[in-house]
Amino acid sequence: MSDAIVRGFVPQAKARPPRTPETHYLNVEYGVKSWLLTTDHKRIAILYLIAVTALFLLGGAAATMIRLNLMTPRGELLPADTYNKLFSAHGIIMVWFFLVPVVPTVLGNFILPMMVGARDLAFPKLNLISWYIFTIGGIITLWAILAGGVDTGWTFYTPFSTKAARTNVIPTIIGIFISGFSSILTGLNFIATLHRMRAPGMTWTRMPLFLWSSYATSVILLLATPVLAMALILVGVERAWGIGIFDPDLGGDPILFQHLFWFYSHPVVYVMVLPAMGIVSEIITCFSRKPIFGYIFVAWASVGIAVLGFLVWAHHMFVAGQSVYSAQVFSALSYLVAVPSAIKVFNWTATLYKGSISFETPMLFALGFIALFTMGGLTGLMLAALGVDMHVHDTYFIIAHFHFIMVGGTVMAYMAGLHYWWPKMTGRMYSDFLSKLSALIIFVGFILTFLPQFVLGYLGMPRRYHVYPPEFQILNVMSSAGASILAVGYLLPLIYLIWSLFAGKAAGPNPWGATGLEWQTPSPPPPHNFDETPVVTSGPYEYATEEITDVH
Amino acid sequence: MNAIFADVPLFPERASTTAYQVDALFFFLCAVCGGMAVLVAALLLYFSFKYRRRGEDDRTPRITGNHRLEWFWTIAPLFVFVVMFVWGAKIYTSVSEPPPDAMEIFVIGKQWMWKFQYPGGERAIENLYVPVDQPIKLTLASEDVIHDFFVPAFRTKIDVIPGRYVQIWFRPTKVGEYHLFCSQYCGTNHSQMIGKVFVVERDDFRKYLDGRKATGSLADQGWQLFLKFQCNTCHSSNAEARAPVLEGLANNMVTLNNGKKVRADDGYLRESILNPEEKVVQGWQPIMPTYKGQANEEDIIKLLAYIKSLKPGQTPSRNENSSPPLDAPRVPPKEKIEPGDRKPPYQPEGQNGKP
Amino acid sequence: MSTNRGLVAHHFEDIEQQRDVEAFGMWMFLATEILIFGAVFTAYTVYRLRYAADFEAASSKLNVLIGSINTIVLLTSSLTMVLAVHATRAGRPKMLMICLLLTIFFGLTFFGFKAVEYYEDYEEALVPGLRFDPGEWAERSPPANAGHVQLMLVFYYIMTGLHAVHMIVGIGLLTWLVYRARRGTLTPARYMAVEVVGLYWHFVDIVWIFLLPLLYLAGTHRASDLHF
Repeated sequence: MSDAIVRGFVPQAKARPPRTPETHYLNVEYGVKSWLLTTDHKRIAILYLIAVTALFLLGGAAATMIRLNLMTPRGELLPADTYNKLFSAHGIIMVWFFLVPVVPTVLGNFILPMMVGARDLAFPKLNLISWYIFTIGGIITLWAILAGGVDTGWTFYTPFSTKAARTNVIPTIIGIFISGFSSILTGLNFIATLHRMRAPGMTWTRMPLFLWSSYATSVILLLATPVLAMALILVGVERAWGIGIFDPDLGGDPILFQHLFWFYSHPVVYVMVLPAMGIVSEIITCFSRKPIFGYIFVAWASVGIAVLGFLVWAHHMFVAGQSVYSAQVFSALSYLVAVPSAIKVFNWTATLYKGSISFETPMLFALGFIALFTMGGLTGLMLAALGVDMHVHDTYFIIAHFHFIMVGGTVMAYMAGLHYWWPKMTGRMYSDFLSKLSALIIFVGFILTFLPQFVLGYLGMPRRYHVYPPEFQILNVMSSAGASILAVGYLLPLIYLIWSLFAGKAAGPNPWGATGLEWQTPSPPPPHNFDETPVVTSGPYEYATEEITDVH
Repeated sequence: MNAIFADVPLFPERASTTAYQVDALFFFLCAVCGGMAVLVAALLLYFSFKYRRRGEDDRTPRITGNHRLEWFWTIAPLFVFVVMFVWGAKIYTSVSEPPPDAMEIFVIGKQWMWKFQYPGGERAIENLYVPVDQPIKLTLASEDVIHDFFVPAFRTKIDVIPGRYVQIWFRPTKVGEYHLFCSQYCGTNHSQMIGKVFVVERDDFRKYLDGRKATGSLADQGWQLFLKFQCNTCHSSNAEARAPVLEGLANNMVTLNNGKKVRADDGYLRESILNPEEKVVQGWQPIMPTYKGQANEEDIIKLLAYIKSLKPGQTPSRNENSSPPLDAPRVPPKEKIEPGDRKPPYQPEGQNGKP
Repeated sequence: MSTNRGLVAHHFEDIEQQRDVEAFGMWMFLATEILIFGAVFTAYTVYRLRYAADFEAASSKLNVLIGSINTIVLLTSSLTMVLAVHATRAGRPKMLMICLLLTIFFGLTFFGFKAVEYYEDYEEALVPGLRFDPGEWAERSPPANAGHVQLMLVFYYIMTGLHAVHMIVGIGLLTWLVYRARRGTLTPARYMAVEVVGLYWHFVDIVWIFLLPLLYLAGTHRASDLHF
């Protein structure tokens, strides 16, 4: 195997217990400086992992307070202002400092260069700078949230954010603005890497699907984030100057802000969910030992989602007084964007057909993703119907819908990916029992938390309510109870994953018997990933053991 | 256990014609989407069980796709989506066009309360009374930030955006007491910007209004404001008038000085009070000062009611002693327009006639 | 490619790949930049169409003479930038230094004119929120809506301000190039650094080419308006 690394599933020899290599990226250098000044994409991924996990815990703490407050209809636990600041903090942290960066910066940073067979990303220094930008933006935002807070919600709708709010709007906006450049630079780095750094033989159609979806994500990050940056700048200028372009007193239009905001914030939903889909494509194939069903369809579905995702933003504004005509156009386009997602779900399901399915932890999370994402997507179809959106817009129905996509979808897939690549990142295996238990707890807790919210929403409970009519209490209590289960499910991996660092068994280069290039190098990988540049000679998912080829 | 769950509300009350339409579509969507969810879940479970790994030596076939099947599940959903889209769009469109016989009630949202003004001049806060089986058209304005008028039992809502009028209508079908929510986040007491909608029998509605004892109808109150702001100084509807005649203006077409024609609807009239130079009627000078800051949203609603009630010959004559409004230009317009040259600023048309 | 040892970062195969990636990266970044300005341009266009007359009235008050001079200054700076790239590739360090310094000089000249212009705007009460007289606009014939005029002016400051921020970054990058040129590290093999900064500099110029008609040429100007 000295000339080229040949792909293909080779069952691991049982006689030889896996060993950890003597030198790898984690022990090649020691000390704080070796981490904070590293340009190794793998170490930067670990830096992101730490930052993003800390922020997830903070956002989760805010969610816990929200759910506790909603246990009683009169909201006795928290004053109204505190509650408003908490749901704003929850949204801001979770969207911009967890969901958007989590998969690209942690898993993408670590895996993407290895998947393409490169020694690093195209711009390693820029990668480190992105982490610093992200961290600085995060610290500013956190400071704004902790020192007084912000109560506009994560959407910063004008004129509330520019005139009425009496909280730290400007520092929060600055923090988000700064961290936005981290997104842009990460996207830029990924696109350049995918275009110019692929290993010999790695043609576009031999790329693993995670790379296709990362590519689509990066394009969105590159083209949508600047629009948000400017929208926020305009809000900041108007607030600081006392005069500005969304000001109805001057003839300005508050709805224009919503257009700019959702032009970013709708595509960014796909930034969250596209890489998640990529992870699931990797895992489903690996654990059913089958090539993906319909590679081309799944790959182009990612591109389709990225393109169509830019054309549906105004479906967030169906009740904001837009013309009937434009509402109809955006409703129709919203149905179109559902098609590629449907393709992916059907193709994943078809991949299982006649497979050899084993239920390791990553696979459990991935199957959970398909189930929950499907529900999120289908309720999205209900929302795209103008007549129904009129009723459920800005109610808990929306809350439940997007949590199915973002938590049931993105977070489930992130957990799947983290458990899938954890042995590669650390060289250690985690507890099989505890990890499967946590997958189960998260799934059950999630359903319990968010299913009642669909009912609440159709009953008419508006979102962002600190107090609510007493008849909604039982459903809210159910939801809060589910949230406590969910919290346990998320804390459990924190314990056994950290535990695995010290007591986990050595994983070996390829514990799952997977085919990607990243599995052809030791775990943890050497500092430059591959001792020699790999040469790719086949497609990404050569798992099949029979030579029967399906007729197209 | 059963006793607890018996109290769990699962479905909201229905109290408007729209509610039945929305629910019908919702049930359809639930059936189709629920069916799809069950299908996917069943396939996942079935495949997971049937093809579970039985040993390390399992053989798996090399199935890389089936284009016919994939095109099928790419195209097939589109047909279902067309049904969903058309159905949804139909309801949305019907809700956006109030019937001509609708009773108009004005609603003003401000942090954090709802205010209502009935055509008879009666005012209320928090609780809206409407007669059953009567189409109600609400014209809504906001005094500060964006609010949203949401009555779950009517299955309809609309964002109330500062700087413009928005409209919504419904036809209550069932007597009762229903929630009114603000469903667009508007600050500290957003969750307490709530109220009740009382759908009552027509007689009870009349009694309710009688009990409110208005100091004159909305139009009467508008007439008082009309005099207070001395609108009749210029809008005097006689030969010396320096501004267009307002009688019979409302809801008819107006030709502007740039040649465009617009309908003099509520939004136009409101804009003409607050930004008079924006849309100037053909043949007139842009001399009117803005009333921004002098007339609040409630005042404007009253003025509009008055303007809409004006019949030919009813404009109060100009009182020679009255001074022009504070900001009015001191010099009258230079060129004198011959009466014969002046085209009527609007062409009277039917109530809902299209140009 | 042994001659290029030391030039190629560890993760690239050869110098061609490295150069290719560097130019590609800058083009990607410019795509982002287009959308940064695109967002504001779109917002501006919405109001420009809605309140055409008022926007034109406000535009007439802007100093079109300084705007035009600055256009010429920036275009000239683009020329010197191109020459700097050429000088690097041709291995003429002296010419490179002169061109870089000239580019910086033109950039600073732009700021000089811009400062004069902002000061004049202040003198003429064209700064909403700071110094602005709504009455003046209402008394014009035909009168302009002071609110809409302020909208236009807010856009003017945001758009030219955003452009100025980009100019400052550009001058910073040029200064860094001057530093490298002095140390003699801008060899022909490393021309990519100059090329990439050049791409950025040209982009900032092009933005100005759009700002000039959008802001300054929207309204009519009389010959008597042409003054400093």
